[in-house]
Amino acid sequence: MNLEKLMRIDRRLIFLLIALAVIFPLLFPIGLPTHLSKPVQDTFNAVDSIPPDGPPLMLSIDYDPAAMPELYPMTLAILRHCFSRNIRVLVLSLHRAGPGIGEMATTRIAKEYGKKEGEDYVYLGFKPGFGAVILRMGEDIHGAFLTDYYNRPIGEIPMMREIHNYDDIPLVICLSAAAIPELWMMYAGSRYHQTIAAGVTAVSAADYYPFLQTDQLVGLIGGLKGASEYEKLVNELEERLGVDKKRKESLSKEEYEKLQVSHSKASAGMDSQSIAHLVIIAFIVIGNVAYFAQRRRKR
Amino acid sequence: MFETIGIWIAALLTLCIFSFLYKDNPFYKFAEHLFIGVSAGYWACYYYHNVLQPNLFVPLFQEGRPIFIIPLVLGIMMLLHLVPKISWISRWPLAFIVGTYAGYYLITYLQTNALEQVTATLVPLVTFSSVVLFVGVTTGLVYFFFSKEHKGTFGGIAKFGIWFLMIAFGASFGYTVMARISLLIGRMTFLLKDWLHIIQ
Repeated sequence: MNLEKLMRIDRRLIFLLIALAVIFPLLFPIGLPTHLSKPVQDTFNAVDSIPPDGPPLMLSIDYDPAAMPELYPMTLAILRHCFSRNIRVLVLSLHRAGPGIGEMATTRIAKEYGKKEGEDYVYLGFKPGFGAVILRMGEDIHGAFLTDYYNRPIGEIPMMREIHNYDDIPLVICLSAAAIPELWMMYAGSRYHQTIAAGVTAVSAADYYPFLQTDQLVGLIGGLKGASEYEKLVNELEERLGVDKKRKESLSKEEYEKLQVSHSKASAGMDSQSIAHLVIIAFIVIGNVAYFAQRRRKR
Repeated sequence: MFETIGIWIAALLTLCIFSFLYKDNPFYKFAEHLFIGVSAGYWACYYYHNVLQPNLFVPLFQEGRPIFIIPLVLGIMMLLHLVPKISWISRWPLAFIVGTYAGYYLITYLQTNALEQVTATLVPLVTFSSVVLFVGVTTGLVYFFFSKEHKGTFGGIAKFGIWFLMIAFGASFGYTVMARISLLIGRMTFLLKDWLHIIQ
């Protein structure tokens, strides 16, 4: 093989092969297995330990549409987990692009599980100020958010009557593509000893592992891989609880199958992810072999 | 009907952006400029309705709370940065922001990112993980000690530290690749599912 040629391979050929590696598994799923990681299992356990119809989980949707392929399936899986176990949810957004995504996810899953806005979940919407909002909520959530996303005064919402500050919130999950989980740890964690878990894009996942070791985060869901693991855990839980069986009985075959597909959104992408990684590894190996062979020949 | 039009526009714009992978071209430029223009317009409206109006105009002009004159004045002072002759006035609100955030950050950042991390590093060396952690942190710190020449035993320890740093960079880069592929999967799923209806 001409190594000189291999070292000067057209980058567009690499793009094409990566595209094919992504497209083919989407068209012809292989069903590669997904193994559970401890940080995701810990997040799941933390959510699962919240008592049904008790204090709510606080879900902070702090990402924009660019991060949706990784974080939206996570959002849906967490909401499904909560609603299938009758855990109440308090949703908000500290990122300016988050409210629309949060509303779309919350209303969709709430409708699917027959949950009532104001009783089973509350959507607070967006508030600018990041750290200042997190600090304010430690004193009084009603002071930080005067109304919910739909302009209803907080005091008039039944679920909010029992919720005043972090003492009434057993767990906060921050879903973010930026450094917002760090702000949650700094202000809600360090100052108010709030239990926090994070769902982040794969780019930033490596940065958050040190916080797992210190228990500043009780759990971490990283990227599409983490989302698929969480999705798998929720699907298994729904089977155990009989939620899936009830759904199968109440829906038509077509509706049920459509729902099943949407409940495996993250897992469906994992085949493409694995194959694309293999192609990249192959290119790294080929590149290195060619480089060292060429260097040896020059000597 | 409107949803279909939206999907078609999104799909064509995605293809325009992807066309850059072949080479720079007018379709890519069009999509890029359109994105910047729409984003600027969207965020201007969004900030007015979600930040300025509920947090400044409503409390000041509708509820008549005079304390909100302070952020209004500070905001106007900030905008004076656009007038070259008196742009120095914008330094005052900027100083206010820097001062406030420095105060907010200092203690909590120190607690979260330094003290807690150091505490978690000083653990008994009874497990394999704790030994790896200890060796990694120590040799990494030796590498960043520049007051002694990296030679002999000291140089060897520093070199060992580089290996730990390289592994950390590798893990971080691996995650970055994974994230970028995830974004590509997201776009491909949109094209194949929502646009072309090839997959379920």
